[in-house]
Amino acid sequence: MAPPAPILRMRGIGKQFPGVKALDGVDFRLLPGEVHALMGENGAGKSTLIKVLTGVYGIDSGEVELAGRPVAFPGPQAARQAGISTVYQEVNLCPNLSVTENVVIGREPRRLGRIRWKEARRRAAELLGRLDLHIDVSAPLSAYSPAVQQMVAIARALDVDARVLILDEPTSSLDKDEVAQLFRVMRRLKEQGIAILFVSHFLDQIYEIADRMTILRNGRLVGEYLTSELSQVDLVAKMIGRELADLERLEDRPPAREGAPLVEADGLGRSRAIEPFTLTIREGEVVGLAGLLGSGRTEVARLLFGADHAGTGSLRIGGEPVGLRTPRAAIRHRLAFCSENRREEGLVPDLTVRENIVLALQAARGWTRPIPRRRQDELVAKYVSALNIRPADPEQPVRNLSGGNQQKVLLARWLILEPRLLILDEPTRGIDIGAKAEIQRLVAELSGGGMAVLFISAELEEVLRLSHRVGVLRDRRLVAEIDNDERLTTGALMETIASGAAS
Amino acid sequence: MTAPSPAPASGSASASPGRRLLGHRLFWPAVILVALLLINPVFTDGFFRVELKDGHLYGSLIDIVRFGAPLILVALGMTLVIATRGIDLSVGSVVAISGALACLRISDLGDQNSAGGVLAAAGVALALSVALGAWNGLLVAGVGVQPIIATLILMVAGRGLAQLITDGQIITVNSAPYKLIGGGYWLTLPFGIVIVLAVLALTAFLTRRLALGLLIESVGGNAEASRLAGIGARGVILTVYTFCALCAGIAGLMISSNVSSADGNNAGLWIELDAILAVVIGGTPLSGGRFSLGGTVLGALIIQTLTTTIYSIGVPPETTLLFKALVVTVVCLVQSPAFRAKVFHRRRRPAGASPVAEEKVGVSA
Repeated sequence: MAPPAPILRMRGIGKQFPGVKALDGVDFRLLPGEVHALMGENGAGKSTLIKVLTGVYGIDSGEVELAGRPVAFPGPQAARQAGISTVYQEVNLCPNLSVTENVVIGREPRRLGRIRWKEARRRAAELLGRLDLHIDVSAPLSAYSPAVQQMVAIARALDVDARVLILDEPTSSLDKDEVAQLFRVMRRLKEQGIAILFVSHFLDQIYEIADRMTILRNGRLVGEYLTSELSQVDLVAKMIGRELADLERLEDRPPAREGAPLVEADGLGRSRAIEPFTLTIREGEVVGLAGLLGSGRTEVARLLFGADHAGTGSLRIGGEPVGLRTPRAAIRHRLAFCSENRREEGLVPDLTVRENIVLALQAARGWTRPIPRRRQDELVAKYVSALNIRPADPEQPVRNLSGGNQQKVLLARWLILEPRLLILDEPTRGIDIGAKAEIQRLVAELSGGGMAVLFISAELEEVLRLSHRVGVLRDRRLVAEIDNDERLTTGALMETIASGAAS
Repeated sequence: MTAPSPAPASGSASASPGRRLLGHRLFWPAVILVALLLINPVFTDGFFRVELKDGHLYGSLIDIVRFGAPLILVALGMTLVIATRGIDLSVGSVVAISGALACLRISDLGDQNSAGGVLAAAGVALALSVALGAWNGLLVAGVGVQPIIATLILMVAGRGLAQLITDGQIITVNSAPYKLIGGGYWLTLPFGIVIVLAVLALTAFLTRRLALGLLIESVGGNAEASRLAGIGARGVILTVYTFCALCAGIAGLMISSNVSSADGNNAGLWIELDAILAVVIGGTPLSGGRFSLGGTVLGALIIQTLTTTIYSIGVPPETTLLFKALVVTVVCLVQSPAFRAKVFHRRRRPAGASPVAEEKVGVSA
């Protein structure tokens, strides 16, 4: 049976940003009545493609056809009128307005300039009824769960005659039952002939709902596959960009270590963030965390550091049970956490390099016990040269530094505290290759000196090169803990990420 | 950040002394102050003359500092609050309450000239100010109320409290020791100036010698990063609101002492707005982060000089407010780096444009 004619077809799409080729000759098609997953690692070009499709960005090359006719969208409004509706990851609604208002806002039924509220409520209820959702439409949106809010966002998107519905990570803040509810709605829409473009980092969800998928990598098209014909291992390999056979075992793996347990997490978890996990980190040990984006890597780190409150489980540090309610408490127990999000959660951009480096130490001492300026200068000079921070001017505002040097400033901030456990979340992302190698060498040295390190990275090679043990995360669960010995390869690791069980 | 400092961060070492002076963040506030001062001699003879009479310094310049003293005090406290990305609207009310309570206690004294009694009255007034500041701090840091709302509560309720203390009357006192605070002299200087210098020294000590300043700038510059670095932001915020109210309390004593009476309705009326203006003119952005105590002092002096100038050049009374508003608008524009970059020197633009481009790449990646 020949597939129906595509409702949407994109050919040779190219999009250039200063210094980056975000999309390069990407083809993409969407059939009516299918759920189509758009797959790729962070930075593969998924968001850019969606933004091109919805008219947020113009394109540099290529063409877009909607229902067989060439189209060009000057803006999001034009795309919506043409029948392409989008629901973004963060629900784009006003929680303080009623459900009705949220659904009809901007398109209120009017008579003589007055809004006809009765008619509006009827329409909102009808639209939600299409999604099998029967709620009080005059209640404020904030009265409902995130899942229902998500549905309201979808209802709003469907209010215009939508032929294409784009769902950009709609499930990232939903729990299991809510996801099931969303999927029921998606299947119903599918039956109505709407083409759904679905983005999610959860492989299980993709395999449950998607009929077909398109994989992107580094702004290029890898291919289009039927979900039923592509195994999860092959999918991960295509996303990361290596065939399993090509992967070689790494040289100079760190020697195994037998230290005393330093941090023991037992059933530590937080709903909507990470399923309860049990993890032990020993003194002088580097534990790597591997997993796809959104698999819960960062959530593990944040719970261990007390940046988020754990809903369940307990934590022991050096054998003593502790409750870490704040980062401050974690720092007192000599834990340190370098966030992946340098700009938002790490640097204070207006302060100088020196001030950023001494910040955590000063915070630990309290403001009444200043670090003498001489001591500050000594410490800063020591780490600026040890970590090779450039420019080596401690009085520069830190925002003037490059990404790699900013990362080193953050490392220095934690290293002067001489922590027992250093948690590094993606310390090498977005920095140049030289700085990357320096940071990797530093981690090895620190662990040699007895410091425990929790090392989180999307790059499997890097995790394997540095770790004694690797924890694998998948769909917000710690699915395996593997000793990094002869038998562990990036291939095996990848297989674990894809299948969810230690092989 | 909306108002990046124009300080040529790149290559500041290689900049010529002239460029460095131009780039200093106190340069433009200082220029404005000098310009305002220079207008005055045209209308007032001997404006710059400072004389020593009976061991006291006299002169227009001294008067500007003396009458500006309460504003400087309030603005100093406000600077720290604004640096944490907050704001304190209640300072005017605290000024009124502090003055009212002190005058009430003094008027109840058997001997209004007893130094001990006056000291005790001032102490009680300042203690209440501190408590009110702690209340603001608790609302902001503990309960999480937005600063503008949290302090609005006390701004409104505080006037009522002051009325309550004075029983709706204007309390007049006749106390020589109390008069000293706002109107007296010490070592040739007006006592108010001595107090300002002392508070300024204390603030500078707390923030620049001790580490309070670093923690304040960090909390205001990036609250989440500060939390993850282990800074107890609540303690810092509580401290700055308390300190701000203490400054306002001292200013309240000064204002009521100067006129030897307490007026719950009008004492310190609108001083919060002048103080915020002084802070902004001094170069501390309302978005928090870096603050400048010197800038704030300059800002407060600019406002006071403007008031003096308006009287001395004889602007008709019914247009003074409008005139003041116009000048303030010009002052704010001149001290805004973004505005200067647009109007005065275009050649600097490339340097300012590059970080913006970088950010765009970051968003798209």
